[in-house]
Amino acid sequence: MKLDSKIPAGPIAEKWTKHKFNLKLVNPANKRKYDVIVVGTGLAGASAAASLGELGYNVKVFTFHDSPRRAHSIAAQGGINAAKNYQNDGDSIYRLFYDTVKGGDYRAREANVHRLAEVSVDIIDQCVAQGVPFAREYGGLLSNRSFGGAQVSRTFYARGQTGQQLLLGAYAAMNRQIANGKVKLFTRTEMLDVVVVDGKARGIITRNLITGKIESHSAHAVLLCTGGYSTVFYLSTNAKACNVSAAWRAHKKGALFANPCFTQIHPTCIPVSGDHQSKLTLMSESLRNDGRVWVPKTGIKGLKAKDAVNIPEAERDYFLERRYPSFGNLVPRDVASRNAKYVCDEGRGVGPTGLAVFLDFSDAIKRDGRKTIEAKYGNLFDMYHQITGDNPYEVPMMIFPAVHYTMGGLWVDYNLMTSVPGLYALGEANFSDHGANRLGASALMQGLADGYFVIPYTLGDYLATIGWNDKVGTDHPAFKESMDQVTNNINKLLSIKGNKTVDEFHRQLGLIMWEYCGMSRNEAGLKKAKKMIQELRAEFWRDVKILGGANELNAELEKASRVADLMELGELMIDDARDRNESCGGHFREESATEDGEARRNDDQYAYVAAWEYKGENQPEVLHKEELVFENVKLTQRSYK
Amino acid sequence: MKVTLKIWRQKSPNDKGAFKTYQHEHVSPDMSFLEMLDVLNTELIKKGEEPVHFDHDCREGICGACSLYINGHPHGPLQTTTCQLHMRSFNDGDTIVIEPWRAKAFPIIKDLVVDRTAFDRIQQAGGYISVNTGGAPDANEIPIPKIVADEAFDAATCIGCGACVAACKNASAMLFVSAKVSQFALLPQGKPERKERVKKMVAQMDAEGFGACTNTKACEAECPKGINVTNIARMNREFFSSSLSSYEYQVGGGD
Repeated sequence: MKLDSKIPAGPIAEKWTKHKFNLKLVNPANKRKYDVIVVGTGLAGASAAASLGELGYNVKVFTFHDSPRRAHSIAAQGGINAAKNYQNDGDSIYRLFYDTVKGGDYRAREANVHRLAEVSVDIIDQCVAQGVPFAREYGGLLSNRSFGGAQVSRTFYARGQTGQQLLLGAYAAMNRQIANGKVKLFTRTEMLDVVVVDGKARGIITRNLITGKIESHSAHAVLLCTGGYSTVFYLSTNAKACNVSAAWRAHKKGALFANPCFTQIHPTCIPVSGDHQSKLTLMSESLRNDGRVWVPKTGIKGLKAKDAVNIPEAERDYFLERRYPSFGNLVPRDVASRNAKYVCDEGRGVGPTGLAVFLDFSDAIKRDGRKTIEAKYGNLFDMYHQITGDNPYEVPMMIFPAVHYTMGGLWVDYNLMTSVPGLYALGEANFSDHGANRLGASALMQGLADGYFVIPYTLGDYLATIGWNDKVGTDHPAFKESMDQVTNNINKLLSIKGNKTVDEFHRQLGLIMWEYCGMSRNEAGLKKAKKMIQELRAEFWRDVKILGGANELNAELEKASRVADLMELGELMIDDARDRNESCGGHFREESATEDGEARRNDDQYAYVAAWEYKGENQPEVLHKEELVFENVKLTQRSYK
Repeated sequence: MKVTLKIWRQKSPNDKGAFKTYQHEHVSPDMSFLEMLDVLNTELIKKGEEPVHFDHDCREGICGACSLYINGHPHGPLQTTTCQLHMRSFNDGDTIVIEPWRAKAFPIIKDLVVDRTAFDRIQQAGGYISVNTGGAPDANEIPIPKIVADEAFDAATCIGCGACVAACKNASAMLFVSAKVSQFALLPQGKPERKERVKKMVAQMDAEGFGACTNTKACEAECPKGINVTNIARMNREFFSSSLSSYEYQVGGGD
C-alpha cells in the first residue's frame, strides 16, 4: 500500500487556496441526491453536519448520548486559538502555523497545519455570528489571552467554558438544519461497524441503545467524528463514554491507524483518591502561572497537605525551578508531567498514595494578596475544595499528571479521507494536525476547522467524482453480513457469563497502559505490557460478566463492547511505541534521552507518520511510513533549561 | 461510611417500578455520588443482580447528563451536579432516597434514566441564529458592551440537565427555555429573529407537555449553574411583545 497524502504542490501559503479551486463541485441541484452519514456530535461532527446540511446534502447524524450536546467537546475549558492578531502583538497565520508545527515536535504535516492556521480566523467570525458569547473588553471588542506558554495572545475564550459555548453554537447550527429537514438526528444510537463494498465506505451498522435493535444505514460517504481514545488508560480526563470503537471498527475494515502511541498527559490534575476513582479532573494549566511545584527533599510517607505548611523552606525541593531555571514551573506539559513522575518514583511523592506533588500558592498569596488570587482562580480553588475537601487558600494543592488527549488517530490524507475511499475522519478522531504533542487551545480549533471549513470542500470533490448513482442500498448482502457479525459479537459477550465485571477489566487495562505505555516508555516494559494485555484479552473473553439482555438498555453491554476494542488498541499503541525508538512530544522513550535525562528526538530515522494496517485477528499489524517533509520550518531540539 | 439507599427500579418504560432498598457498606467520604453508585453496581453484578442504570458522562459538572433526584432535591443537597456531589456531604448511617427526574415530558426509560429529547426539540424549534457557515462578518465588526455580553453568557451556561423541570411542582421548563431565549434576545446577532424565536420555542415547550410557571423559583434554587429567573421574566416580555407585532421594524428593534 502506497500512502498518498495528496498534499497540493506550491508555496505553503497558497496550497489550500489553490486546492480549493482544483476540487470538483457538486451542482446545487444535485446535492440533494447525496446522502452523508456523520457519526458523533462533538465540535467536528456537529459543525460538519450543520455545514453539509446547509449546502443541501441529506445528512444523518448519530450520537450514543441522549442529546448531541453531551459530547465531550463540552468539557474543554481553556480556549480556542486563532491568528486574528487583534492584540497587535505580532501574531500571524504563519506564526500560528510555525508554533503548532514546533509544538508538535515536528511530527505533523506542514500543509495541514498551515491550513488550520488559515481557517482559524474564519472560525471566530463564524462562532460570533452564531451568538457564541466570547469574553469581551469594556470597549465591546473580543478579549484574548496568552495560553500554554505562547508568546502572543491569540486565545479566544468564554470564561472556563469555551468548549461548552462553541459546542452549543455548533449544536444550534445543526438544530437549525434538523428543523429544515436536511439533517436527521439519531440519539442513543451507537455505530458498531462500517460497511465497505468494492473498497468504498457505503454505510454503517448501528445499535439503538434503548431497544437494542441493530440497524443499517447507507450513504455516499461516512464521516467519523468520534473523538479520542484516552480511556484506554481507564483513568483520564475524558468522559466515561469516550471510546475508540467507531475508529477501531473502521480500522478493522481497512482504515489505517496513525501514530497511536502519541498521547498527551496533562500535569495538573487532581490525584487519585482511592480504588473507587472513576475519572480524573483537570485543573487548568493557568494555575502554574502562580503556583510553585514542590515535594520534600526526603520522602515522607503519606504526607498530608495540612502538614506540608510545617515543612521548612530548606527541606523543600522545587524541582521544576531547580532543573529548568529559565522556564521554571511553566515548562511544557510533557516535561512537567515526567518530572512529577520521577520524584514520585524516587519515593518523594506526597498524599496517601505517594502519587502526587504539591502546587503551592502561599508565596503568590503573600505577594499579591488573597483577593487577587481569588479573582484569577476562584472557581478552580472552589472546585478543588469541593472534590478533595482541602482548602487551597490555606494548604497547598496536590496534583498529578493524567491522560488528557490523543494526537494519534485514523490516518487521513489532506482531504481528511482515510485509506478507505468515502470514509473520513475529523477532529480528535484523526491524527493529522498536532504531531506528537498538541498545544493548548488547539483542539477546539481543529475540530471546528475540519467540520466548518475543510470537509464541505473536500467531501464535495469525492462526491462529484463518484456521482450520485454510485450508491449501495441497505439490501446489499454486505449490510446483512455486517449486521450478523455485530449481532454475533453482542451475543458472544452476553454468553460468557463469567465472574469479573467490565470495569474490573478496564481498570486492569488502564493500569498496564499507564505503567508501561504512559509518561515514560522502554523496550522491556513495552514487551512485558504487550504480553499482559494479550493475557487480559484472553481472560476477558473467558470470564467477563455481563447481566441483562441484548434487547434493552444495557450499560454493561455497551461498556464491554468498547473495552474489548480498547484492549486491541492498547496492543497497537504498544507496537507503535516500540517501533518509535525516539523521544518526541508526548512520547518519551528512555532509550532516547540526553545525558541529563531530557528527550532526544531522532529526525534522521523517525521523521515519519506511522500508519498501521490491520491484517486480521491476532495477526501482527503492518507498518506503513509516510515520510514528513519540512520545507518551511527549521527542525530544532526543544530546550527549557 | 455505611448508608442505606432507597433506589427507584423500573425495568422498562411500561413497567410499574418500585423502590428497592440496598445496604451500602463500602462508602468513602472521598467518593463522588456516582462513584458510590459504581461500587454498588459492581457489588450487584457480582451477586448476579442487574446494576442500577443512570445517565452520566463527563463527571465534571458540564455535560448535563447526570440527573438524579436525591432526598427530594435534583442533584442532591448542594447546588451542583450529581457528579460533583461527594459522599462527605452525607453522614454515616444516612438513608438516601434516589429517584429519576419525574415529569410527564421526561418519560422514564429504565431505572433512573429518563428521556430528555423534549429539550432538543425545543432547541430545534428556534434556539439558533440563522447563519450559514462562511461569509460571517469579522468578529470585531459588532462591538457588544461587556455588561450585555456577560449577561448573555450567564444565560448561555445552562447545561440542559433538566433539574429545573424536576424541581418545579408544575414540571415547567421555563428556566431552560428562557435561558436560550435570553441569550439571543440580548445579543445583537439574535435580534432579527427574536420574535419568531420566542414564539416557536414556547409553542414547542407547550406541545411537549411541560407545565406553566407559577413563580415559585424552585428552578433557580436548584439549578446547578445558578441560571437566574430574571430570564423567565425576560422571556415573558419577549413573548408578550412578539404577540403584539410580528415584524421587527414595527417596534423599532424592540429594545
